[in-house]
Amino acid sequence: MDLDNLIQQFQQKDTVAFETLYNMYAENICGAINVIVKDTERSQEICQDVFVKIWEKSDQYDTSKGRFFTWILNIARNAAIDEVRSKTHKNQKKNLPVDSLVGIFESGEDLNSKMDTIGLQSLLKGLKEKCILLIDMLYFKGYTQKEAAKELNTPIGTIKTRIRSCISNIRKNMA
Amino acid sequence: MSIDVKEYIASGILELYVAGELSPEENLEVQHYAIQYPEIRKEIEEIEKAILELTKAASPKMTQNGFEKIKTEIADVIPFTPESSKAKRTPWNNYLGWAASILLAVGLFWMYTENSKLKSEIELTNQEKQSLEEILSETQEEVTATESLLEEIRDKNVTVIALGGQTVSPSSYAKAYWNKEEKKVIIDAKGLPEPPEGFAYQVWSLKLDPLTPISIGLLDDFASQDTKLFTLENTNESEAFGITLEPEGGSVTPTLEQLYTLGAVGS
Repeated sequence: MDLDNLIQQFQQKDTVAFETLYNMYAENICGAINVIVKDTERSQEICQDVFVKIWEKSDQYDTSKGRFFTWILNIARNAAIDEVRSKTHKNQKKNLPVDSLVGIFESGEDLNSKMDTIGLQSLLKGLKEKCILLIDMLYFKGYTQKEAAKELNTPIGTIKTRIRSCISNIRKNMA
Repeated sequence: MSIDVKEYIASGILELYVAGELSPEENLEVQHYAIQYPEIRKEIEEIEKAILELTKAASPKMTQNGFEKIKTEIADVIPFTPESSKAKRTPWNNYLGWAASILLAVGLFWMYTENSKLKSEIELTNQEKQSLEEILSETQEEVTATESLLEEIRDKNVTVIALGGQTVSPSSYAKAYWNKEEKKVIIDAKGLPEPPEGFAYQVWSLKLDPLTPISIGLLDDFASQDTKLFTLENTNESEAFGITLEPEGGSVTPTLEQLYTLGAVGS
């Protein structure tokens, strides 16, 4: 079935369509949460909650919000950030550690035995640290271009072309 | 709208689109191009696939029956939040739209009928105004006529002759205002009964010795003449005036049996 129809049925509260969407995206959503929360047990719990939230908010999605995956990724991201904030009592998104993806990539302190670090490493192979940081900020942390530019200490105009080149590297690694 | 597809893809806007970095307007623009250019659509899917791979690689080992838990949770939720919000929101918005347009239509129709009502009221008022103006001008004419008549009666050359009722109608009376200079007689016939159908009053100038009656005219349209004042010409050296009832059109000689009023000119 085509994705647009599936989303439409999901918005009409069709649980079968929702289950299909869950099977399509659950791993990705839980993964995105895990990058931020860095706790597989907790990530799975939050991931469940996020899908319930997605179901409850289904009528709020429309194409002006972008791709369906982009929309649910945004919900997951906010839930994960809320979790980290409540833990650390920090209220600023900027105060989040920006090195989570890099840390996982480098198999450092946050290495989790339950994660497919090998897969992650092969995807990020050959990417500069600045690239991984930028992907982390834009896709996992929900930084705006402006915030990312400030963090990386680069002009805002370069963000767009740089993220293009970073994602292109991943796509090459996938091939 | 046409764009350079390669340049558009190379700009990095699609990566930002998948990241959710664009405004709603920009999102819709990207979707517009994605429909127009399959190349763009394919590129978006490729970028999304890269992010899907990346997030998937970061995911914890998934527990089995993950959806079963969600299903039980949303099963509790279904009868409350979604259904009630569905029942409230969707039809409400639909009905609101319909209600608003019906209200608008009714409103427009009401305004239209009100407008035509007002228009016809204005027309009616205009007609009333016109007829009132006509009545006014008629009245003014009547007043002018009466005033000029009064002037004529008051003229110093006018002799007033009272005509008394005769055998055939003793209660009848009339007055003659005779202006010898202008050779005019105004008959005030208010004291005469309305003539029967087919008959009219005829006014006679009389010489007494010998008795010679000369007709000076008929009191035509007696019934419709409100003032009952009739102006006649009189070139005679009259010594008396008499009024008889004659067949319509008048007679050559007076029918003396039908003499209603008579009066002599005083010296």
